Amino acid sequence: MSAYRFLVNGAPAEVEAPGMRRLLDVLREDLGLTGTKEGCGEGECGACSVLVDGQVVDSCLVPICQVEGRIVRTVEGLSLAARERGSLDTLQEAFLDHGAAQCGICTPGMLMAARAYLDAGGAADDGAIREAIAGNLCRCTGYTKIVDAIAAVAKPLD
Amino acid sequence: MPTRTLTPGTDVLDRALVVDPGQRVPGRASGFPLRREGPAKLTGAAKYTDDLVFPGAWFGTTIRSSEARATLRAIELDPDVDWSKVVVATAADIPGENIVSSIKDDQPLLVPIGGEIRHVAEPVALLAAPDRETLRRLRGRIRLVTEPLEPVFDPELSDHVFAEYDVKHGDPSAAFAEADLVLEGEYRVGHQEQLYIENNAMIAVPGEDGGIVIHGSMQCPYYVHNALKRALQLTSVQARVIQEETGGGFGGKEEFPSVLALHASLLALKAKRPVRMIYERHEDIVATTKRHPAVVRHRTGFAKDGTLVAQDIEVVMDGGAYCTLTPVVLSRGVLHAGGPYRCPNVRLRGRATRTNTAPNGAFRGFGAPQTEFAAEMQMNRAAELLGISPAEIRRRNVYVLGDTTPTGQLLRESVAGEEVLELALGASLFERVRERTRREAAQRTGSGTIPTGPLRTGNERRATGIGLALAWHGAGFTGSGEVHLASVASVELAAEGRIRVLTANTEMGQGTKTVFPQMVATELGVPVDWVEYAPQDTAEVLDSGPTVASRTVMVVGKLVILAARRLKETIEGRSNGVPFHEAFRDDAREHGATRIDQKFEPYPGVVFDDATYMGDAYPAYGWAAAVATVEVDLDTCEVQVVDVIAVDDVGKVIHPILCEGQVEGGTLQAVGYATIEEMKLDKGRYLNDRLATYLIPTALDAPHIRSILVEAPYSGSPHGAKGVGELPMDVGAPAVVAAIHDATGVWIHDLPATPEKILAARHGERAPAAVGPGKAA
Amino acid sequence: MPAEPPIDTPKHLFEAYELLASGPTRPIAGGTDVMVAITGELGPIPERMLDLSRIEELRGISLEADGLVLGARTTYTEIRRSALCREHLPALVEAAGTIGAAQIQNRGTLGGNIANASPAGDTLPILLAADARILVGGQRGEREIKALDYFVAYRKTALEPDELILHVRFPLPGGRQLRFRKVGTRRAQAISKVVVALGWQDGPRGWSDVRVALGSVAATPIRAAGTEAVLEGARPTPEVADRAAETLAGELQPIDDVRSTADYRRAVSARVLHRLLRDAGGW
Repeated sequence: MSAYRFLVNGAPAEVEAPGMRRLLDVLREDLGLTGTKEGCGEGECGACSVLVDGQVVDSCLVPICQVEGRIVRTVEGLSLAARERGSLDTLQEAFLDHGAAQCGICTPGMLMAARAYLDAGGAADDGAIREAIAGNLCRCTGYTKIVDAIAAVAKPLD
Repeated sequence: MPTRTLTPGTDVLDRALVVDPGQRVPGRASGFPLRREGPAKLTGAAKYTDDLVFPGAWFGTTIRSSEARATLRAIELDPDVDWSKVVVATAADIPGENIVSSIKDDQPLLVPIGGEIRHVAEPVALLAAPDRETLRRLRGRIRLVTEPLEPVFDPELSDHVFAEYDVKHGDPSAAFAEADLVLEGEYRVGHQEQLYIENNAMIAVPGEDGGIVIHGSMQCPYYVHNALKRALQLTSVQARVIQEETGGGFGGKEEFPSVLALHASLLALKAKRPVRMIYERHEDIVATTKRHPAVVRHRTGFAKDGTLVAQDIEVVMDGGAYCTLTPVVLSRGVLHAGGPYRCPNVRLRGRATRTNTAPNGAFRGFGAPQTEFAAEMQMNRAAELLGISPAEIRRRNVYVLGDTTPTGQLLRESVAGEEVLELALGASLFERVRERTRREAAQRTGSGTIPTGPLRTGNERRATGIGLALAWHGAGFTGSGEVHLASVASVELAAEGRIRVLTANTEMGQGTKTVFPQMVATELGVPVDWVEYAPQDTAEVLDSGPTVASRTVMVVGKLVILAARRLKETIEGRSNGVPFHEAFRDDAREHGATRIDQKFEPYPGVVFDDATYMGDAYPAYGWAAAVATVEVDLDTCEVQVVDVIAVDDVGKVIHPILCEGQVEGGTLQAVGYATIEEMKLDKGRYLNDRLATYLIPTALDAPHIRSILVEAPYSGSPHGAKGVGELPMDVGAPAVVAAIHDATGVWIHDLPATPEKILAARHGERAPAAVGPGKAA
Repeated sequence: MPAEPPIDTPKHLFEAYELLASGPTRPIAGGTDVMVAITGELGPIPERMLDLSRIEELRGISLEADGLVLGARTTYTEIRRSALCREHLPALVEAAGTIGAAQIQNRGTLGGNIANASPAGDTLPILLAADARILVGGQRGEREIKALDYFVAYRKTALEPDELILHVRFPLPGGRQLRFRKVGTRRAQAISKVVVALGWQDGPRGWSDVRVALGSVAATPIRAAGTEAVLEGARPTPEVADRAAETLAGELQPIDDVRSTADYRRAVSARVLHRLLRDAGGW
């Protein structure tokens, strides 16, 4: 067991854990952030996607020792500012409006992959959006409404 | 942004009630309520079963067989382990009957000593421990002593029959003799995994009264409730089942959750503390139900002009090791096997048997996707042989008002096969595109078209193809199913003035929590936010039946609307005509709670005889057409499904966004079924039992799906709705396979149509030839 | 929840070497393969782990006199974004883009792909076709292994248990051409059915130093020597392409497995090569 310190959604966190504990388990069990979901435990479904230093990763494949000193962002931190006003951020709003969330289990991971795409300056380009979320399996929507929702808040195509 | 540009041109189109695209801003739920639990799901606040914390809870796991068939002689615990620190449960610990309650009483919770193990993942014992490390360490220290028995894997060789049906209409043998073309075909479809992204999950909490409270992921709380009462000898009060947020079902959480809830409960009762049983993906794939594999054989007679004159269809389904819902799956499969076509002479035979593989069960479409794939293949192949277009052969045969089905059901209303067909053809420019793809195919000299050089490539890398399929889908339960269920749904004005809808019907992504309050609010004339949806907790809601068969909006929705109407009448009666929305708060203060329980009444004039299998198999049918466009890589035979136009008649669209969501999601599941999804087996064991090996489509594999919704209302429902969830599943696969044929010239008879099969077919393995014209062989 | 074996996080190579020398230790970089192993479902759980994520010596992409050098910890995303890789090794950039999806590309490393040595490893045929050299090191010193000599048998490599992969050197002789094609079950997140990499040097007397390398068709990534011989000294004409495709189909001995069939792999390897030759020949 060692102590690991990092930022989660803007707040410092410190956990005592074996270094090989998955970031996913640290978030869900040690920190109680259950918005991040487990779907397969082997990096295939993307339900556990979070941002580490702005990059989207599968938190089931990241040992906590590699998160020391890093910045982690989860679905709970997506709309921190907006939630203080009691509302969703623009991406979450677009998902709600477009019907992009159905059963909701892939939604947190999908939002994080979309957030990484948008933060990197991604445009409202169908193919590029699909590539950006290709690591996030959804079994409910057929992806159409998810792609529409992301496109609605992405910068317009030149 | 999806847009709908329809220019209805024919009389048929003028009659069709296409949902007005101007009704909403494209892509936005303008004028309709937003998904009720949406914000919770979007912020991570929604609690799924594995997100719940129960202090002191232990972790449970299942000890499974590794043999397909054997006699269980003993369960040996390693003597070097201190077993007092954990709990092991076996069949001997079951207080009631060792039966997972379903259609037949053949499935045990756990195989007893001396009992028969019937599949490789069969549960034999259960283990609970305070932490997962102990659980992992000890699960390998329990050894099963068995004597192997000879397993059966081929459903056609099995002598244990779960169900059989034989439906006859007219005189097929005489008609075959008269037919101009007799076409035979054999089609095979494999196991498909539901692959909800949330694995099966249950937490059992023992109560002080000796009872159990279940928190879990499920479609049907009362199925679980019944199973608990029976196996654990509990009263209706001692057994309490609460559905938590559920991350997808698709039929995969219809009957299986009973097994997991019983396992968790058994451990919780013995450990005297909460026990969590959360499957990991590998275990979920290995142990839970799949879509039934099937072999479907057709012999079809046509007149020269493409008119159907005779059908002889045999369906064999692989039920797996236990019966589960197999008889009803087979029944739906057989009843839909002829496709949405009028035929005066029909024989439909179906048989489902037992094999030593994991049990198969419910999956969106419930038997119909298997048999309608075969029916549509047969229709498309006949069109090719007769030299008429796939559109035209369907125009000549599709059911219209006044036709009679093979069970003798007169189609009195709500028949929209022609409408969905014409809309799909129009929106996809089917005939024009097909003219082009056929011209290109004729000119092509590319890969695989060079007989002497199968390893050569050609100038063209890719070929485009377009394919059409049409289907019907019986709305709600088959035959007298609803009558036996006798569902009850309630609307309540609570004492404190809250308006609540109470049903056992679950939200698993399809939108129950949004549309029921919407429907009730409309009836009561109040804003939708004023209407609450009570939790799916057996201590709070009555049994309104399972959340399956696309019945929620059609059947339970009707009960909810009728209950709301009666509540409105009651309140307005007591308030001397003051409208409900002004009167209900005072009424609640004055009279306390008023609750209306609405019981299912048989649909008027709908009669089905279970013994003869004749009559009205369904109160009404939904109708679907799909046109798929594919691009096939001519070097590798990789298939990209580019576009699907999906046209679905749902009776009445209650919520356009949610309805489209069902069509789009169902269409992609069908595209996966058509192209890449297949469980591969070796000696009863799934070979691709992980998410790295059982693949479903990603966003890059998904076609652009354009959904066109049609409304041909059913008069038996106050709202006219017929259900939507299963419809798109019936048409996707045959449309894609027809498009692959259009691009490559080969018919793939077995799903999925993999590049391996397409390549083999292009290298000369021909599809079974037609018999005729003239005499049948 | 999977196992949590002990792990050390050294900051310097010499510390890592010491740990590796002291007993069986499984290195972890991006974790995209190793983290699946700790579930214990696919084989024994490693007893002890070595975290490479703080060792800066394993990072970086640089153009040197004898080629392009990529640190073992270079991720697929870094390869895709690297101007040097795009200019000098576009085939590797293309291969990196076919691996997993964003989440895997952000974490998975070139060194990990090589260490894992799956017969389906998507970058590995590129290493073979480019005559790459793999620099490995340990307490006993450093040594360079030719890609051709590295893959010994199914998931067995020339890397010793006390050695680490440090970097990969891709020679860049002028006019060297490399092509890549992956065939998978779906368009992202798919383990390959067939991978083909083709390398050659164009000269006045035809092609030279031809490399035909393949993945997922044998127990290791392989080179097809007979096919290379057909192409060596030749030009990509239709006749040569036909002969090369036939030779390749003749010399491959792929197997049926859960992803594909032997017949498919053989025919499609040949056709993909035929297509690459057709494109190179411009006919």
